[in-house]
Amino acid sequence: MLFQPAIIALVLASALSALMLVGCLPFAISVLRRWDLSSGAESQVRLEKRTYLVATLVKVVLAAEAAALVLFVFNADRMASLFTGAMCAVGTLKVDPYGFPALYLKLAVFFLAAFWLVLNHVDNRGWDYPLIRVKYAALIALAPLLLAAGVVQLAYFLGLRADVITSCCSTLFSGGGVTVTSNSVAALPHAWALGLLGASVAGVLASGGAYLLWGRGGVLHALLSLAVLAIGLAAIISTISVYVYELPHHHCPFCILKREYDHLGYALYIPLFLGTALGVGTGIAAAARRHASLQQVGPAIARRLALGSMLCFAAFGGVCAALVWRSHLILFEGAPWH
Amino acid sequence: MSNWFGRQRALMDFAVSSLARRKGKTLGLLAVYTVVVFVLASAMLFSHALRREAALVLAGTPEVLVQRLVAGRHDLIPASHLQAIRAIRGVKSAEGRLWGYLFDPAAAANYTLMVPADDAPAPGQAVIGSGVAQVREAAIGDIMSFRAHDGQLVSFTIAGIVDPQSALVAADLFLVSETDYRRLFGIAADRFTDIVVTVRNPREVRTVAEKIDAALPDTRIILRDEIKRTYESVFDWREGMVLLLLAGAVLAFFIFAWEKASGLSAEEKREIGILKAVGWETGDVIALKSLEGVLVSLTAFLLGYLAAWLHVFQWGAPLFEPVLKGWSVLYPDFRLAPHVDELQVATLFFFTVFPYTLANVVPIWRAATIDPDQVMR
Repeated sequence: MLFQPAIIALVLASALSALMLVGCLPFAISVLRRWDLSSGAESQVRLEKRTYLVATLVKVVLAAEAAALVLFVFNADRMASLFTGAMCAVGTLKVDPYGFPALYLKLAVFFLAAFWLVLNHVDNRGWDYPLIRVKYAALIALAPLLLAAGVVQLAYFLGLRADVITSCCSTLFSGGGVTVTSNSVAALPHAWALGLLGASVAGVLASGGAYLLWGRGGVLHALLSLAVLAIGLAAIISTISVYVYELPHHHCPFCILKREYDHLGYALYIPLFLGTALGVGTGIAAAARRHASLQQVGPAIARRLALGSMLCFAAFGGVCAALVWRSHLILFEGAPWH
Repeated sequence: MSNWFGRQRALMDFAVSSLARRKGKTLGLLAVYTVVVFVLASAMLFSHALRREAALVLAGTPEVLVQRLVAGRHDLIPASHLQAIRAIRGVKSAEGRLWGYLFDPAAAANYTLMVPADDAPAPGQAVIGSGVAQVREAAIGDIMSFRAHDGQLVSFTIAGIVDPQSALVAADLFLVSETDYRRLFGIAADRFTDIVVTVRNPREVRTVAEKIDAALPDTRIILRDEIKRTYESVFDWREGMVLLLLAGAVLAFFIFAWEKASGLSAEEKREIGILKAVGWETGDVIALKSLEGVLVSLTAFLLGYLAAWLHVFQWGAPLFEPVLKGWSVLYPDFRLAPHVDELQVATLFFFTVFPYTLANVVPIWRAATIDPDQVMR
């Protein structure tokens, strides 16, 4: 199935990204071993100049990975017509055992690359680059993950055969039938899901607000952001999707990306993911305050990130609420929004 | 925030004016870039439009097609099979079809001979497709004759011409009555070319197909979904092939872009040196140069895509027709329905803008890390 144009594009993008990052590894190692800001040696000046190149490359790679993530899911959804039994992205991803791992790895790469960029941004603002060793150690850790994501994705595409009978999302995300972990998520009671979602969004907004006001609790905001990501995804599967489809037993988190539902899923996932990336970034920037040169700059950056993440989470919460409100499905008898 | 926007705006202003100062270089790059996008976008738009056309045509076809196989080859199916299929629960209707191909030596082309299920022409008359009418210069009332299977002449009076709107499927059609069809090919009255089955509940198509297979082991069953899937794969494959063939050209373009970006003139070097001397940081210069790249990329992408759109939907894609469409003497002359697909735009973006950006990173960084004292001396 490698001849599909979107697949060629995805393989090309991840190959180039991996190549770029792996190409940076020798530099990262030499930074870890030889970085010494007090030295005026030529090699040190070269290292300093080169950090700009690496930062720019990772920026491009991150942008490409974020776009590739969307393209990957969009293409999986589109290819569903090629496989017997597949009706949306779930079916396409289930055709080959590497499908879901490829998606999870791509998600992980997206988040970790975003965190790295925050780290880089903060570090560049300190005159003595206090985080440079942490930064390049993180880059060395990120490279194998990116490589793994590319390889697993390639294995997935190579394993796609159009005659495999795959499972439709309804057997995967609806209770009973095949036992897949997502079933337990789908079985989360609606009241719990909505309650937890509301509480976690309120909590993350409160912690962000607290950071803006008093400059404290940046790490808490980061942890809450991760909690919102987990709870948000669970709530989308168990309840929000049900409201969108207006079918009590259809829990698929991928069908909402389809045109039939006005690509609504993007309005949910993009603010959620962006909010999480910025929220965790807040924690990273806030924690950088410990270094003398970042005492002022770290919190200033963290404040901006916190504001950004709060806007994203507010948008996510708003979209969720709007979807529940406009839905014709009634899950709670006598609820105030009906 | 407004501070940030103001900064980006100023950078953008500067980038535009700096591009305008090097008109020759910028326009040259833009032209080549646009052509690359144009070629790739044409191939993708064209094959996608064909795929859609095929899907639209297939939407009207029967759900299940039953053919008889003898020694692995397609054979005429006996009418008794019709009864067996109609007896299966869930089958709404089963009809025998009569169709085939007829070689016309006068036009050196193959026609698709068919007996329509309803509104069949009267014996001795025929309704022809626009392609047939064109190649034989036939009009209503003309007479066309063919040699039957036994060598005798069979004549048809042209009673009508199929609406050219449906040219894609109907250009080579030759519609005749059942009697004439059997006379022409010498097919017995109890034989059909194949059988089409409609199923009451679309979700039972597969079950019904399995039942037919069990009841009539000498048949081959083709589902509409399978045909659809095959078409999708074939068009995807062709599109992918064309893209891979073009990969060489794309690669050459990126080498060209790399060269263009790294071959800084003394003037440009001086400019960067001055910028740094007046207080620009390396990061600012990188931002400026990247912005220049983005401007060129987006302009080329838009221009190239627009040109491709015109090329495919306005002028019928003369450059790619033979490769992507397939070939035949009686090929219909049709105009594709304009359609832009989000996935395709995204894919194309990955094929062009992303590698271009990557090719630019190293040269931009080289330019931005120039020491001011080195270039201004």
